[in-house]
Amino acid sequence: MYGGGNVFEATKFDDLQTEDPAKLAEFEARIARGEKIEPTDWMPELYRKQLIRMIEQHAHSEIIGALPEGTWITRAPGFRRKMAQMAKVQDEVGHAQLLYSAAETLGKSREQMLTDLINGKSKYSNVFNYPAFTWADSNIISWLIDAGAIVNQMANAKGSYGPYSRALERICAEEAFHLKYGHDAVVHMATGTPKQREMIQAALNRWWPPIMTFFGPSDKMSTHTETLMRWKVKMASNDECRQQFLDMYVPKIWELGLTVPDPKLKKNQETGQWEYTEPDWDEFKRVINGDGPCNTERLAVRRTAEERGAWVRRALLNPKAKYVKPLA
Amino acid sequence: MNEQAIKDLLYKLADDQLILGHRNSEWTGFGPILEEDIAFSSMAQDKIGHSLAFYTLLQELGEADPDTVAFTRNANQFHNSQLVELPNGEYDFSLIRHFMYDNAEIIRFEMLSQSSYEPIAKVATKLKGEVKYHVLHANTWIKNLGSSTEEAILRLQSALNEALPYALGMFEKSKYEQELIDAGVYAGEEAVKAEWLKRIQVVLEKTDLKLPDLTSINPKFGGRYGEHTEYLQPLLDEMAEVFKIDPTAEW
Repeated sequence: MYGGGNVFEATKFDDLQTEDPAKLAEFEARIARGEKIEPTDWMPELYRKQLIRMIEQHAHSEIIGALPEGTWITRAPGFRRKMAQMAKVQDEVGHAQLLYSAAETLGKSREQMLTDLINGKSKYSNVFNYPAFTWADSNIISWLIDAGAIVNQMANAKGSYGPYSRALERICAEEAFHLKYGHDAVVHMATGTPKQREMIQAALNRWWPPIMTFFGPSDKMSTHTETLMRWKVKMASNDECRQQFLDMYVPKIWELGLTVPDPKLKKNQETGQWEYTEPDWDEFKRVINGDGPCNTERLAVRRTAEERGAWVRRALLNPKAKYVKPLA
Repeated sequence: MNEQAIKDLLYKLADDQLILGHRNSEWTGFGPILEEDIAFSSMAQDKIGHSLAFYTLLQELGEADPDTVAFTRNANQFHNSQLVELPNGEYDFSLIRHFMYDNAEIIRFEMLSQSSYEPIAKVATKLKGEVKYHVLHANTWIKNLGSSTEEAILRLQSALNEALPYALGMFEKSKYEQELIDAGVYAGEEAVKAEWLKRIQVVLEKTDLKLPDLTSINPKFGGRYGEHTEYLQPLLDEMAEVFKIDPTAEW
């Protein structure tokens, strides 16, 4: 599950001047023809760096994203939900595995990526810094956060880097099941007992502000964004993704008799665009920089898992083996 | 065939798998490597699915529906062995428990697939193929880690020593033991245990791990009769936390 926002900040484009102009032109021509770039192909350093950063953040979002829903596996009500919740969260961890492999093809090892996650050097999707207070929160995540992730990932699956694009196709297929599962769970709550309806509405109220920031702030068009779009690294603007999400899911939320907690939310019939209360981007920045309700807890869990599992990884390590990056 | 004897056997089978499945699922998000995270989660899903199959047989014999049976009983109504309810601890303990439990489980399933009681035979035949993979997973990891670093060997050996009395508790006889054997339902706990010892020895011999002398060990019995450690009731409370908000609601 990954929404994309805030991936491409703080990049220096000067690096491009050191690239061989002929190779760069050929590289861009290949992308323009719709060809995929493969791990052993020539690529500008900047392309490599941005992709590592993007795929790595995506992978981290999958394992950290497993935590808020994961806490509800042991409490899921009834066999049907218990088994589905387990399978769903397991899928997310499986996505992380796929994505770390895709990022490794670009030259950064999984161990290094996980170390950078724990150090706070690399980020993950900001929504997972919010807590899942109740079973209903977990349902909202399964439905609407996964829905948001699909919007973003369907766009990125058309990107230029072969291993990432293929991983995303597989991931999207699984996410489609999550969406059905999440929707089914929310439908049961929204059409259930008064207590269940109250729980699901409260969860929606809690999750709506983070959902609105899921795709990141409005993109400011710059040479920077233009280059990334030309290279098919960034496939859709944050605002485009957000509009598409609102278009697809607000009617479905209303259909269930739930209220979206934003009095300004409506579709402007003339422009065809959704209007809404501007999300609190100051809070977004604060949370992304570590000051959210669960940042410390999420990283602490990950750190503990890494520390407690270190002896297993040491035992598996064959001192004679040499690290070879996978091909895809 | 005495229906009580069959029910007792079914509860024992179902409860073991539900509780171990629940414990395995706690590894989701916390594994020492992602692949193990995923593996424990897979086995958890299988175990809980298997428990559901046995609870469904119980329902056919007139017991309450699987959700009610699994989510509303108290610890003293559970028939699982104490081995499966112990907390996961570190990966060493979880792996050793998995190794000991699944090597016994596969023998039970093999025997039950030949059972004179047809509903159990059908289910066991269908599910034993999945348990085979659980055993393969456990044995592979025990062989790998059990002959790797000194640290890993020490950890696994101490987990093995700690788990063994509980593992032997799996073979606690039911009060219907002789009846089940006589009716050809399965060969009974002594037979399962004898075969189990053979099989785990074969694996352990390929490692630097040693099975302690069994004569000096007191098995932790009681689980099959509703006597449990302090860890089971909190597990059940957690499992039923949402379900009990409204047991009549459709979740």
